[in-house]
Amino acid sequence: MENLNIVICGVGGQGTLLASRILGHIAMEKGFDVKVSEVHGMSQRGGSVITYVRMGEKVYSPMIEQKGADFVLAFEELEALRNLPLLKDNGTLIVNTQKILPLPVIIGAAEYPKGIVETLKEKTNVVAIDGLPLAEKAGNVRAVNTVLMGALAKRLPFDKETWINALNACVPARFIEANLAAFASGYEA
Amino acid sequence: MKELLLGNEAVARGAYEAGVRVSVAYPGTPSTEITENMANFSKDEVYCEWAPNEKVALEVAIGASMGGARAMCCMKHVGVNVAADPLFTAAYTGVRGGLVLIAADDPGMHSSQNEQDSRFYARSAHIPMLEPSDSAECKEFIGRAFEISEAYDTPVMLRLVTRIAHARSLVEIGERKEVALKEYEKDARKYVMMPGYAKGRHVVVEARENKLKDEIDSLNLNRIEYADKKMGIVCSGSAYQYVKEALPNASVLKLGMVYPLPEQLIREFAANVEELVVVEELEPFFEDAIKAMGIPCHGKELTGLQGELFVRKVGAILGGEEPAGPFETPNTPMRPPVLCPGCPHRAVFYVLKKLGLTVCADIGCYTLGAMAPLSAVDSVVCMGASIGMALGMEKARGIEQAKKTVAVIGDSTFVHSGITGLVDMVYNQGHSTVIIVDNSTTGMTGHQPNPTTGFSIRGEIAPQLDVVKLCEAIGVPSVTVVDPFDMAELEKVLKAESEKDVPSVVIARRPCALLDKKKKTPCIIDTDACRRCGMCMKIGCPAIVKDDAGVISIDASLCTGCGLCKQMCHFGAIKGGEN
Repeated sequence: MENLNIVICGVGGQGTLLASRILGHIAMEKGFDVKVSEVHGMSQRGGSVITYVRMGEKVYSPMIEQKGADFVLAFEELEALRNLPLLKDNGTLIVNTQKILPLPVIIGAAEYPKGIVETLKEKTNVVAIDGLPLAEKAGNVRAVNTVLMGALAKRLPFDKETWINALNACVPARFIEANLAAFASGYEA
Repeated sequence: MKELLLGNEAVARGAYEAGVRVSVAYPGTPSTEITENMANFSKDEVYCEWAPNEKVALEVAIGASMGGARAMCCMKHVGVNVAADPLFTAAYTGVRGGLVLIAADDPGMHSSQNEQDSRFYARSAHIPMLEPSDSAECKEFIGRAFEISEAYDTPVMLRLVTRIAHARSLVEIGERKEVALKEYEKDARKYVMMPGYAKGRHVVVEARENKLKDEIDSLNLNRIEYADKKMGIVCSGSAYQYVKEALPNASVLKLGMVYPLPEQLIREFAANVEELVVVEELEPFFEDAIKAMGIPCHGKELTGLQGELFVRKVGAILGGEEPAGPFETPNTPMRPPVLCPGCPHRAVFYVLKKLGLTVCADIGCYTLGAMAPLSAVDSVVCMGASIGMALGMEKARGIEQAKKTVAVIGDSTFVHSGITGLVDMVYNQGHSTVIIVDNSTTGMTGHQPNPTTGFSIRGEIAPQLDVVKLCEAIGVPSVTVVDPFDMAELEKVLKAESEKDVPSVVIARRPCALLDKKKKTPCIIDTDACRRCGMCMKIGCPAIVKDDAGVISIDASLCTGCGLCKQMCHFGAIKGGEN
């Protein structure tokens, strides 16, 4: 397998770290070299956050750069647009159709771009998912990240069982039922 | 068994396996998780603490080393400035149990106020420094650092950068090797650094460094990877990873020990390649040293001094590839970090801006009071600087300036290095107001306890520093505690205290919103009662938004029900925020 590069982006506090833990777990199961680069510190206070996951025979840099990502998994529309340049020309962008207004927009110093999903669709392969109702239906509004993982899982070369095992290993037992349901709904979406 | 560990987790694992008994730190991004992870090991095996600041932390570690234990001390790059005083003299005393100081640099300033390069500390203190390039090396090198510390009787530094500290990679987990406590015996000539004895120790320091330079190749921390010999690249740490990915065919001298440098190995490498290039982040530390050896090389004229390196940059500079064109960033508004919904600091900055005061602020979440729309902060320099700077403003411009100037400092930062500033303000008869924004935690680094919280690093009950009594003991004539969620009272107190002819302290006390478990109902705007005046939006709460039609609403999923917006509204249009 050529190195697989996945960017996970969103807004501080959205729970992007679970997704990278699950991917890291799968990489280890499969015997790949793997690196995950995380954001800690100041940006976690409601700023843009980004995590890079790279796996393959040998991984050097922990970062993914311009046109380096096979997948961008975006938890928020504006962050999807911001990180579009990281996507390979033939890459796939999975976006949660949620808008979280940044403070410069709230105070009127900037404008939230209109029609982001349509803009993205003109430029690349886009899978747009409204994760919140799916997570609600699965029984946990906080499981939006797992819904998105389901959508990503369907497009990666690992079987479903591998993912279920990784979820079981990474999600606390009391949340596992809702997360498995959320994963399934994203997988089918 | 392999685990996918952060560089910081791997350092902690390696220290544990190396038999470390004492681990001390003050939190600071990107170093914090090392000590947090040390606290996960049994307290029968490892003593851990959050010290009030990095200087005290290092002194505790030096004492533990003198007492015969393997000891380590972790901090961010700017923390080493605070700890530099004991560091330079610990270089003279040497160690009994191994002593390692970990400095985590932050090229690119993800979470810092400057980009200083810690390697210069190793050179000026004449102590060895190692730099790992992934998590496996983090674990290996911390163990090697303890061996070198004991073998050469020297403190050793381990340098990390953000991309190593906060990247996960695979690490082979091992067992802890207990290292027996060494016998304590008094040795005044080694540990009492008055001039007569220190002169003797300075001789030892120089001899030790020369011995290390002679034996450096036997330590096997540096290696040459020959490939195409047209270009030879000298690098370490994160830069090594970028070089290997960008230029797989280049020959590489990878430095694991970044001070002292292996002169013979560098000469050999330079002689075997046509062109020598140094690829390093921040300062030309290797480059200057190599040029001083009389070896020509390229470096900073290619890579620059600022920010991080990355694969494409290295490839473009050295591989002759076209840079990937301008980064096609779509036109997207920035999303800077903000004070959280429900943050107790918000009201303080709103009131300070309303009163038109000059605000010398400090390092912590409340630095974000500088962001629009609050825009209430005039200065932020370093931990604890706010109080001294407010006094300096007064001494430059007179007492009327003092009545218009306040210092804003958090509880943890006040204990770190604000206390001495307050002593200065009282002793030298300043008149400003110091606002201690006490949210009962060290917030920005991820909620570590500190001496004002009454809890230890392991969450156990600890003696609690009484800040009111402390301020009174310093001689502050006026100390007031106020709840920042009561904005009218807060404004009244800040106005009165700033106008007083004496120095005063106002403690704005309310726990961090992320820690406060007492849930309130979210606030809701009654759109019929709302006049759309936008007053509620002046506090800069990310939960309050206005749509294209001008309708203002509150995002219930973000709102904590703190009720500040209710207090802003003149029309009673905001409900909720009930217990």
